[in-house]
Amino acid sequence: MADANMTPQPSPAVQQLLRRHRFRVVELLPWIAAIAVFYLFPGYRLLATQVLVLILFALSVDLIVGYAGIVTLGHTAYFGTGAYAAALLARPEWQETLWNVGAQPLVGIAAGTVAGALLGLISGWIILRTRELTLLMLTLALTFLLHELAKDIDGLTGTLITGGFDGINFTMNPILGIFEFDPIFYSTNYWYAFAVLVVGFLIVRTIVNSPFGATLVGIRENVRRMHAVGSPVQRRMLMVYVISCAIAGLAGAVWVQVQDNVTIAVYEFELAGAILIMVILGGTGRLYGAFIGVLVYMILENLTETVLGTDPPYWELVVGGALVLTVLFAPRGLLGIGEDVSTMLGRKRR
Amino acid sequence: MNAVVDSGRPMLETRGLRKNFGALEVARDVDFTLHAGARHALIGPNGAGKTTFVNLITGALDASGGDVFLNGDRITHVSEAGRVKRGLVRTFQINTLFTGLTVLENLYLAVSEHAGVAARMLRPVGSRPKVVAEAMHLLEMLQLQDDAARLITELPYGRQRLVEIAIALALEPRVLLLDEPAAGVPSAESHIILDAISGLPEEIAVLIIEHDMDVVFRFAEKITVLVSGAVLATGTPDEIGSNAEVRSVYLGEGHHA
Repeated sequence: MADANMTPQPSPAVQQLLRRHRFRVVELLPWIAAIAVFYLFPGYRLLATQVLVLILFALSVDLIVGYAGIVTLGHTAYFGTGAYAAALLARPEWQETLWNVGAQPLVGIAAGTVAGALLGLISGWIILRTRELTLLMLTLALTFLLHELAKDIDGLTGTLITGGFDGINFTMNPILGIFEFDPIFYSTNYWYAFAVLVVGFLIVRTIVNSPFGATLVGIRENVRRMHAVGSPVQRRMLMVYVISCAIAGLAGAVWVQVQDNVTIAVYEFELAGAILIMVILGGTGRLYGAFIGVLVYMILENLTETVLGTDPPYWELVVGGALVLTVLFAPRGLLGIGEDVSTMLGRKRR
Repeated sequence: MNAVVDSGRPMLETRGLRKNFGALEVARDVDFTLHAGARHALIGPNGAGKTTFVNLITGALDASGGDVFLNGDRITHVSEAGRVKRGLVRTFQINTLFTGLTVLENLYLAVSEHAGVAARMLRPVGSRPKVVAEAMHLLEMLQLQDDAARLITELPYGRQRLVEIAIALALEPRVLLLDEPAAGVPSAESHIILDAISGLPEEIAVLIIEHDMDVVFRFAEKITVLVSGAVLATGTPDEIGSNAEVRSVYLGEGHHA
């Protein structure tokens, strides 16, 4: 084995690979923007909070779709399960049975994460044996199944569990017993979502920059070759799937906690499709694509609704149009366009 | 020379290896032995089942019957990745690379897998410079170092073939199966591939599938002829060259030497 110290000047390719994980100043931008939004647009804090949570959800989708190349149209199965796990724990009627810790936010997000991971392990173990269209249909089927279950379980069991279509309303306890959730100004809610996103993002960022993350890209680029270099592909895919589902579950838990209620919408196909569109809009396999995609999608939706109204839902037309344009003209997403522009500018400067 | 090779212990062996696709038999009771340090060629007309045979050995295809042994161990039911871990490595007839990645990244994936660090997820790639240095070292061995930062898609086909070989070497094979390593390479460049193959470490047992008879006779100390999924003959280049049956079914069509 060659000793790295013996080579006086490692080649640019080697340096690039060794330094890829380093933080760059530009990476502070989204976080500065997120802090600025809180103060500049106090009227939009609920929307901004939702954006933060959806970014985390989108990151979980990007991890499997963008990095490992595992297609899914049903990641709401895990998002929704995390959401219901946190919501059920926070149900006011059950607090005494749950030693009064059920409404603790951190207990809720732990439960949501574990619920997402467990469901990911069981379902992934089965559905990851398939590929492409079959896999896509199975992820979709799982979401539909859970949607029906959440909707009908009260009727089937004759007791009030999920609240069916109406869902569950609850009140979260203060975070760590100190920071109270704030249903009017959403300040605690916003910073809570912000903090969880920072943690979730750092986890995803660490993973994609690790040797494990490199193997995910290898699986996406050429599965046959991965087998031929001795990689246990199936195990790696299940591993990343469980991690992704855990993060989706975490996002689901935060989603309901900051809004004090859960509804059947967390399992709906509409959200599963939307989150995939967001990741594609922003650019798959690029981490920050999730940030841009969610932001652009949510702003487009909101803006169109404000200007043109909600009936008919013009925003679907706008978002659909944006998706078509992206897929046709910028397959690497908005971030891909940004990369091209910066490359062009860099060339001109030289 | 041949006597020395023959006295080596069998590194790779197949016994009664069979494969059917429905009624179509693509491998018929193939008994084959590759000795330690061998330079062995597998030839046969198009559709003879050469690549199928490689896929059966590597586990990319499940055999319908028979067994595969590596260094005396029965590996018939070991996964493809498991066989690679045991030192059974192949290259592909058609480049099978990570086309969207750089040449160095291609090598990195093989080296990190072989070094057993590929499942680590808590520390970045850059925290293990030795693995990256080893990937670079392999590129230098095949004079690919100047292409390290280029994407596979930016490389001429012949250089891509070299990357195939570099990846195989990264896995430190005990048995190396080269599936038409010079296929698709312009003849002006093919000597680079052949030099690389001639320079392979002696201790590796090499099985080469090749159409170019000049290459076969230059490289191989032993030749097996496969026809319609069955072994027609095995012998030294001289024996195969003078085998009337082989000449009639195979060499007669394409051999003008």
